[in-house]
Amino acid sequence: MAALLSSKLNMTARPAPAQRPSVRTNAVALKPLPYAPDALEPHMSKATFEFHHGKHHRAYADNLNKQIAGKEWDQKDLDTIVMASWNNGNPTPEFNNAAQVWNHEFFWESMKPNGGGEPTGALMEAIKRDFGSFDEFKNQFKAAGMTQFGSGWAWLVTDKSGKLSIAKTPNAVVPVVEGKSPILTVDVWEHAYYLDYQNRRPDFIQTFLDKLVSWDAVSNRYAKAPA
Amino acid sequence: MAFVLPNLPYAPDALEPYVDTTTMTIHHGKHHAAYVNNVNAALEKFPEMKSLGIVDLNKVSIWYEFSVQTENTLQHTGGGHFNHSFFWKVMTKPSNSNGPSAELKAAIDKAFGSMEAMKEKFNAAAAGRFGSGWAWLGVKPDGSLGVTSTANQDNPLQQVAEEKMIPILGLDVWEHAYYLKYQNRRPEYIAAFWNVVNWEQVNDNFKAACGGGMPAL
Repeated sequence: MAALLSSKLNMTARPAPAQRPSVRTNAVALKPLPYAPDALEPHMSKATFEFHHGKHHRAYADNLNKQIAGKEWDQKDLDTIVMASWNNGNPTPEFNNAAQVWNHEFFWESMKPNGGGEPTGALMEAIKRDFGSFDEFKNQFKAAGMTQFGSGWAWLVTDKSGKLSIAKTPNAVVPVVEGKSPILTVDVWEHAYYLDYQNRRPDFIQTFLDKLVSWDAVSNRYAKAPA
Repeated sequence: MAFVLPNLPYAPDALEPYVDTTTMTIHHGKHHAAYVNNVNAALEKFPEMKSLGIVDLNKVSIWYEFSVQTENTLQHTGGGHFNHSFFWKVMTKPSNSNGPSAELKAAIDKAFGSMEAMKEKFNAAAAGRFGSGWAWLGVKPDGSLGVTSTANQDNPLQQVAEEKMIPILGLDVWEHAYYLKYQNRRPEYIAAFWNVVNWEQVNDNFKAACGGGMPAL
């Protein structure tokens, strides 16, 4: 039956189609916010999100895509591009854009509406063990954010043994390139808080900790961090 | 003697519509004021440096700090106080200025080809400075004009500067300098800046820089 069908349909092997230049490559996407832009009011305004996500984050993605269009990295995922462009501490021009796309996705997902409060379970135990108390963790995290001079980020990171520590990085640098697993971040570039807090960076970080952090997300990341 | 916050040379609304009143008020009254307080606090740990003026403090502090292994406090705070004191003076009410002197214009043409070419280079330095920092036009050690940018509160007087020069014009590209009015549109802010340049001060800065110095701040 199959032989009859194939002879009727004249289904002989065909030569491979000629190579066509690819017109659509694996561009890095601008991931949407995980919540509505007004969902974190009044702590982080809709206006801030419209610029921070809609302009700054978008520009990093657009500019990265222009840099990698048609090249090897265009077929890679974001994590790979970040590590490759870091180039062992001698970053290529793509790094600032790639890392900033990564950082901003990680930042949005570190927050949620009606966030803040306290973590529970294994993460809270680890915080108490490694900082002495939850309040002391908050103090150290806030101090890191306040003392990151110029633009940058403050982080809660874990190592392979599950030990927590605080890190701060300048500009686009992400602790992943330094072998740490970030589980929480706050953006301390002035564009992250200037419309809502102006020069009052300490107030911004305090509000972030008290009202915005998604401890669910942080706990998940802690549980999933490579051991 | 402790450093003090200098008054703005004009009312906070003088640079409208190019730099908005609220930004001038916060930029001077909060950001610059904090640098003044912080540089004075930092100098409490280095009393022997208290007699230096702000220019000399910027020129010498870096070697000293590395030798006592501090956290660049004088670089940040001494840089911040110098940079902002310098910045207010190179701006003025729009159309209050009559443009560069003949000598300065000649030096610009010689170094860059034209005023437009210099502005393009300056604008590119300002737009291209990733993160926080400043763009500068200044007199290099060989006497010619150059454009450079620095990170954070560094400036071309400091030992850490990649390209050392005596600044004659500077532009703050920290986001606090423009975010309330321009948000992410830094190139628009940079273009607007040329409307408020105090060329008379830049001329004075140029004359002094050609002699290896700077006018009093």
